Amino acid sequence: MADALRDKRSGLAPCDFDSVALDTHIGRVRGLEALPVRSDLSAYDCRNNRLAQIGLELDGFAAAVAQASERHGAERVGVFMGTSTSGILETELAYHRRDPATGALPPGFRYAETHNTFSLADFVRRYLGLRGPAVVVSSACSSSAKVFGNAARMIAAGVCDAAVVGGADTLCLTTLYGFHSLELTARGPCRPFDAQREGISIGEGAGFALLERVEARTAAHARLLGVGDSCDAHHMSTPHPEGLGAQLAMRQALQSAALSPADIDYVNLHGTATRTNDAAEDRAVSALFDAATPCSSTKGATGHLLGAAGITEIIISLLAIEHGLMPGSAHTRQLDPSMGCNYLIEPRPARVRRALSNSFGFGGSNCSVVLGAAG
Amino acid sequence: MRAFVEGIGLVGPGLSGWRASRALLAGDAAYQPAPTSVAASALLPAVERRRAGMPVRLALAAGIEAIEGAGCDAATLATVFTSSDGDCDNVHAMCESLATPERQISPTRFHNSVHNAAAGYWGIATQCRAPSTSLCCHDASFAAGLLDAASQVAMSRSPLVLIAYDHPYPPPVSAMRPISASFGAALVLSPQAGAGAIALLDIEFEARQAAASRMADAGLEALRSGVPAARCLPVLAALARGTREPVLLDLAPHSHLRVTVTPCA
Repeated sequence: MADALRDKRSGLAPCDFDSVALDTHIGRVRGLEALPVRSDLSAYDCRNNRLAQIGLELDGFAAAVAQASERHGAERVGVFMGTSTSGILETELAYHRRDPATGALPPGFRYAETHNTFSLADFVRRYLGLRGPAVVVSSACSSSAKVFGNAARMIAAGVCDAAVVGGADTLCLTTLYGFHSLELTARGPCRPFDAQREGISIGEGAGFALLERVEARTAAHARLLGVGDSCDAHHMSTPHPEGLGAQLAMRQALQSAALSPADIDYVNLHGTATRTNDAAEDRAVSALFDAATPCSSTKGATGHLLGAAGITEIIISLLAIEHGLMPGSAHTRQLDPSMGCNYLIEPRPARVRRALSNSFGFGGSNCSVVLGAAG
Repeated sequence: MRAFVEGIGLVGPGLSGWRASRALLAGDAAYQPAPTSVAASALLPAVERRRAGMPVRLALAAGIEAIEGAGCDAATLATVFTSSDGDCDNVHAMCESLATPERQISPTRFHNSVHNAAAGYWGIATQCRAPSTSLCCHDASFAAGLLDAASQVAMSRSPLVLIAYDHPYPPPVSAMRPISASFGAALVLSPQAGAGAIALLDIEFEARQAAASRMADAGLEALRSGVPAARCLPVLAALARGTREPVLLDLAPHSHLRVTVTPCA
């Protein structure tokens, strides 16, 4: 991922998902169709849990969780997952195969283990053999950022000693046709903050992090410094034009981190590439941060991962800190001249001590997370 | 973790508000099931009132009753929404449309499909910009919501409203996921006892299996076991009785919440 950000690579390509005939670009994970979940959890087999399983096995993550589980006890490790559509694709496809006489869904359809929003946390908890509290936050595109707040509170309250946080969202008909119905999908790859931007590119992804208290053993690891969340109280699918809710989330994240805007070296924007999101977010960021603070959206590289956008961009912010690299903005050609923030089109090598990541969703749900280097 | 109950809201089959249902929850009056009746909230602007589905109505009715009872300001109170299945009518209608050759779904259906739709409509109705979360834990969604709410009250030292709601799927999903009725319940929880505090809840997560508390009345027990959000009924019954008692709520497999209800004098 760090190399891809340095090279400004993008995973977006013309839509070839299932039987979908829409003129749009997507970020599809190749080969998922041939990678079922672990056989003892086959009841949970669906595209969303398949992608979650791949994520859990990358970078030694499952092994690190196993060590934490051994250290603290499996009942002291919680699971806090974000997803928007979970395994709804299974239900969508089952509706294509209803019994012509009775209307019944086909045999083998499993609702609780696939479609239900909790399926992801249930799967992850079982996959990792954990016995602490488990829950899904499903607040559209802020879901897997908000889970950092739930987990941090549960650790602070002494209910858990460690927490697996993150999320997964995968391609489905609901989001592809739904965003299309709102005229929010771009034809070509999405171009965040571009003067000619015309909407989002939908992608899929899964990402995870292990949270533990700061102590001698964990002192060398990156820090979760603060989480802020708010509501727009404005409209179900359009952000507040001045980004009032977004401002409030960023202020609260900084407040909970006991930091001021000047302490932030880089802002990873929600930056979906819709006309309204980018304009409102620019106003919110400009109202809060010095005009020189570098910002960028990485959705030109990944697409909009919806419920998995938060964890993905928090991981990107952590990579920015670890590698000293502020990501650029793949596919953005000409910056919208009305934007006030210091938007990076090209990646910039620079020391990043602290980063703030924004995630905003339908229903006016906003979340900002502040991350920092060790020490 | 501890939190004081400052206000209660309730809407369900034969349950028209906490005040009206208190005697039957306490076992002092007979429970008569009747279809859940709830109007769209007058707090919503006309467009949103038209667009709001039954789950949104349930959440708003229960939440507003609890807040009015607590004498809180809805515009500043943090919210925790929890539901097993969200807007099932809407999911069904979308899946039907997506199974046609045209695959056309309406923008309103799409934005109503997010699990946090109730939170979105709540924000528009109350003009509240305070933190809000929308949770799911399948059958244990109420218990997971209560645990999260308790951790928020403990950490933020601020009150909030917890709102649990569920509404049945129509066929064909109802065959796989039967939910017996429409139900909503809400608790205003606070770190300090206000003048009208109803009870103190001591809430502990326990990582072992235990038998969940049940309702003595057969009709209320059928409701408790038939609707995920109605798993809160034993807590409401303890609050209605006004006696000190422990309530056990199932959580994810092999765990539960122990909720000790202590009435305020």
